Amino acid sequence: MIWIDTIAQGILLGGLYALFAAGLSLVFGIMRLVNLAHGDLIVLGAYLILLVVSILGINPFLAAAIAMPVMFGFGWVLQRLVLNRVLGEDILPPLLVTFGLSIVLQNALLEGFTADSQRVRAGPLETASVDLGAVTLGVMPMLTFASAIVVIVALNQIFYRTALGRAFRATSDDPVTASLMGIKPASVFAVATGIAMIVVTIAALYLGMRSNFDPTIGPARLIYAFEAVIIGGLGSLWGTLVGGIIIGVAQTVGAAINPEWQILAGHVAFLVVLLIKPRGLFPRAYD
Amino acid sequence: MIQTHTYTVQTRTPASQLAAIGAAILLIVAVAVPLFASRSLIQDLFFILTMLTLAQFWNLLAGYGGLVSVGQQAFVGLGAYALFGAAILWGMDPVAALMLSGIAAAVVAVPTAFFAFRLQGAYFAIGTWVVAEVVRLSVAQWKAVGGGTGTSLPPDARDFWGVATVESLFDVRASAARDIVTYWLALALAVVTVGGIYWLLRTKRGLALAAVRDNIEAAKSVGVDAGRMKWLVFIVSAFGTGVAGGLIYLQKARISPDAAFSVTDWTAYVIFIVVIGGIGTIEGPIIGVLVFFALQSLLADFGSWYLMVLGGLGILVMLFAPRGLWGLISNKTGLQLFPIRRRLYPTPKK
Repeated sequence: MIWIDTIAQGILLGGLYALFAAGLSLVFGIMRLVNLAHGDLIVLGAYLILLVVSILGINPFLAAAIAMPVMFGFGWVLQRLVLNRVLGEDILPPLLVTFGLSIVLQNALLEGFTADSQRVRAGPLETASVDLGAVTLGVMPMLTFASAIVVIVALNQIFYRTALGRAFRATSDDPVTASLMGIKPASVFAVATGIAMIVVTIAALYLGMRSNFDPTIGPARLIYAFEAVIIGGLGSLWGTLVGGIIIGVAQTVGAAINPEWQILAGHVAFLVVLLIKPRGLFPRAYD
Repeated sequence: MIQTHTYTVQTRTPASQLAAIGAAILLIVAVAVPLFASRSLIQDLFFILTMLTLAQFWNLLAGYGGLVSVGQQAFVGLGAYALFGAAILWGMDPVAALMLSGIAAAVVAVPTAFFAFRLQGAYFAIGTWVVAEVVRLSVAQWKAVGGGTGTSLPPDARDFWGVATVESLFDVRASAARDIVTYWLALALAVVTVGGIYWLLRTKRGLALAAVRDNIEAAKSVGVDAGRMKWLVFIVSAFGTGVAGGLIYLQKARISPDAAFSVTDWTAYVIFIVVIGGIGTIEGPIIGVLVFFALQSLLADFGSWYLMVLGGLGILVMLFAPRGLWGLISNKTGLQLFPIRRRLYPTPKK
């Protein structure tokens, strides 16, 4: 039953990728901004959690709760001071600015924390597992997957049930008309990026607890997140989860055949979906 | 009385004529550099010229074609591996194999474009990055050229075309002769690149390209086939980037997938060169590469601080001077060294 086990692991891995992708998807959905520094922001979050854990000596989950408002503030300021200035018709400025930010973040982390790989220690939780007969699943992967579902439900609730969500949708549809109704797009965008940074912190928590990380791994996380978003179809958070699962399963199946093929298999799965369904599996947005 | 004028269309300006004379003198000096320069200066110039070539092709893609690619390292690496593959497996002369570098890159650019063009705008950027990763991971499986650890150029391939002649002519060791030959090749490549792109922009196709860049809908409405222009630009850039990649690794004589497909070395640096210098102009990358080299020489000892400064500078330029240093200069002075704007001059009636 090695295959069932492999696929189950892949599905759970997809939860992590969906967490990587949710913040990217949120920001793109509201302001059509593709943040090339997204992966590096996740790594930044992981270092922040590590820092809180090592200074206060507390549980990583508590540390993440402390890191969340900090990351929210960082996202808010980043959007206000930098990203709002480059939003517009031309896609070049936001791309190049976030690419610059990616390089700055990577090297700042390198300078601050060296290139040594780090890990957020979570005690017995790291190795705990549940025997389900056919498969044995790790508690940590299951927790990751459950968190992804909670994050997606919560984001959908914010989006469709609150005044803030209404402002998000209105600004996304037409910022000019929305601003006639008393909404300030600049503030809405800042709050949206702040919320995306909270999701990034949750992703960072699991990234840090599940595997080693170092300042250079951000871009690869960005690529997985991006693939999950495109496979799912722009604008659909549940689609993003499916996209994450497809990448995750492709990677674990690829790794089961030949360990060197793990990453490659994920990318190939993405290209195949792009070939068959260029607009993703569950497309919603038209741009 | 109705006044009729006849007009002539001209792109030339007095400044551009002076620039052309200056460029010709500079070129003669550049060709003669190995006669008097030290080996380290020749290596520095090689680096500047190859980065300039890469920057010009990325500028053609992003600045003129509106195709912001973050995956150009795919073509650098492919060009380099094509050269090593041809030299190791077929015993081909590496200088002749440079053509193969370009062809290999252009051939892979076709399916790449097929996938990446399905992605709109910003997603195109990450799409090209994914393809570059796929190429890197695939090449790392190619055991004949060293797999993941890479390989060196075999000894007989190091004695490539021109090395023996330069060795005896300049009375230098083979390693110095290799640097001189690769320097001349880099000079030729940079001149052909700048000249070729300038020529392309002045033709009817170049006008179509500029129209697509400025307003794609308006360009389509006057009959420009925007899709075809994008294909053209993408394939041409891949070819040129591939040749440059082959040449860079011919000079290094050692290759590994992680180095040849490095997103920092072959795309991040190139993007910063173009952005800081001024995107969408031919002058921009030239200024950018000089600033980049100066920064690198100044900050080389500070490791990651150097990249932080470069990234920060890129962000500041994009925020406050989106048309780069050259944009600032030409705004102030109206100077254009490579004018492509067609101006009408009234011709007096006889």
